[in-house]
Amino acid sequence: MATPLTDKKKQVVLTGNSAVAYAMKQIDPDVCAAYPITPSTAIMEEFSSYYADGKVSTELVTVESEHSAMSACVGAAAAGARVMTATSSQGLALMWEVLYIASGMRLPVVMAVVNRALSAPINIHCDHSDSMGARDSGWIQIYSETVQEAYDNLFQAVRIAEDHRVLTPAMVCLDGFITSHAIENLTLIEDGDVKDFVGEFEPKQSLLDTGHPITMGAMTLPEYYIDFKYEQSKAIRGAKEVVIEVGREFGERFGREYGLMECYRLDDADVAIVVLSSAAGTTKVAVDRLRDQGKKVGLLRPRLYRPFPHEEIASALMGVKAVCVLDRADSMSGFGGPLFTDVRSALYGRDSAPKVIGRIFGLGGRDYKVEDAEAVFDELYNVLETGEAGKLTGYITI
Amino acid sequence: MAEYTEVRWHGRAQQGVVTAAKLLGEAALREGKYVQAFPEFGPERMGAPVRAYDRLSDEPIRLHCQVKNPNIVLIVDPTLIGTLRADDSASGLTDGTSPDAVFIVNTTHSAGAMRRELGLGKEAKVFTVDASKISMETIGRHMPNTPMLGALAKVTSIVKLDSLIDNFKENYSKKFSPRVIEGNVEAMKRGFEGVKGE
Repeated sequence: MATPLTDKKKQVVLTGNSAVAYAMKQIDPDVCAAYPITPSTAIMEEFSSYYADGKVSTELVTVESEHSAMSACVGAAAAGARVMTATSSQGLALMWEVLYIASGMRLPVVMAVVNRALSAPINIHCDHSDSMGARDSGWIQIYSETVQEAYDNLFQAVRIAEDHRVLTPAMVCLDGFITSHAIENLTLIEDGDVKDFVGEFEPKQSLLDTGHPITMGAMTLPEYYIDFKYEQSKAIRGAKEVVIEVGREFGERFGREYGLMECYRLDDADVAIVVLSSAAGTTKVAVDRLRDQGKKVGLLRPRLYRPFPHEEIASALMGVKAVCVLDRADSMSGFGGPLFTDVRSALYGRDSAPKVIGRIFGLGGRDYKVEDAEAVFDELYNVLETGEAGKLTGYITI
Repeated sequence: MAEYTEVRWHGRAQQGVVTAAKLLGEAALREGKYVQAFPEFGPERMGAPVRAYDRLSDEPIRLHCQVKNPNIVLIVDPTLIGTLRADDSASGLTDGTSPDAVFIVNTTHSAGAMRRELGLGKEAKVFTVDASKISMETIGRHMPNTPMLGALAKVTSIVKLDSLIDNFKENYSKKFSPRVIEGNVEAMKRGFEGVKGE
């Protein structure tokens, strides 16, 4: 429930979940099919209240599992509806096969993913194992640092996913509990301005367009399958430009511009941390502390993770001498986390690229403090002094 | 560097600890502050020790870690004192506090007695309020969170009583009946008036 706009800065305080539910109310999607799971439960709980109170015209489909939730989303989107849902952790895992069907059928479903660890052991707290597992599912992934960003990202995700150059589903990720259950200041957008920004969904093709009957989700044999995938791959790669366009337009309208990533005091930095979502905020405090001591440290926070803006990220890091990529998920490859391998791969082959190490942190909600970030910067200075990357991958906060 | 005031709430599930942290955050927003309020979730069962936190600042807050060194500690349930291990993450009442931290305890005992029981030094500022009795008399059930907020407004400068009351009346009138609203407002006022310290 939103707090009225009463204070002088025209701000409200909401939890991440309330802000996402409020954004969904303002977007007023045609169909929402969902099955609640901690820590994203409050999103559907509050959205259901808006539905019950007649505040949205959405068709709310309460299903018996997340597999069914995503299946219903696929059906509705194929029929030409604007579709949204939300989930976390095991819920996202249960949606697994249907995620690929949504992206392969080029259906612009928008889903809030409140990041939570995967079992076993069972744990309800934050890490990125859930959405990182879905990083190759053909969905766009945008990661949010704050409640404000999660709220703003949802509107942009609708525009990006539905763009006819993209037509690809999108996840907006926010950190479980840390962001989903914390109240923070944010500025809300007026309902009418949201409507103007997101506009009406105009499907390129729809099963209900009986004047132009089509088949969707048909079987394709070797004659066609790879060509579908080629087109899909081209579309998600092209989504990067649309993310930039939409972020710029959002900034012009509402004063908060978003790009592919955020670079914080990175320009003249010798060493840098790369990290997603809320941990970036804590890292910024460490950066400021060390800058006050005259140390040239910086931060790069990717906002768009899929498609991976490899050129932009690599270029932004080229002036840096040593980088640590912090992953809140372990890919269990024996070679660090997914963000580490992506960033390192993006830099490979460039002359005088920085040394890159990777550290897993914060799994299952383990706290990541300013001191943890400072210790990482210390380690990076050690890499600089010795000229050796030393231990390439490992864990911190244990 | 941004300056923060950090607050830690200790209570048991169903005593309104998480709501209290939220109400403080909302009231501080009215005074133009930047705020964070968040609970620490563990096994959710009635009576289990619960913590919640507030972080307040005049600057935007970028920290997203737990509150480890609170300036102000509110102990909503006095039975937590002495019954918990210091290393229990859901309970250690004085963990990480500086010698001059503020403690507000819901108890019938004196501030001096609480200082001894909590093992606090001379610099600590210790206050007590019988929030349980106030809530029984004003709300009609054991909900000591709002009297504690009133006490907080009295003994610190982080929030004003009027901000707490105005926020509660404006934002919760739809959720609660007028009787519940009035009871809680009275509870805040009586907590404000009834807090004692040394």
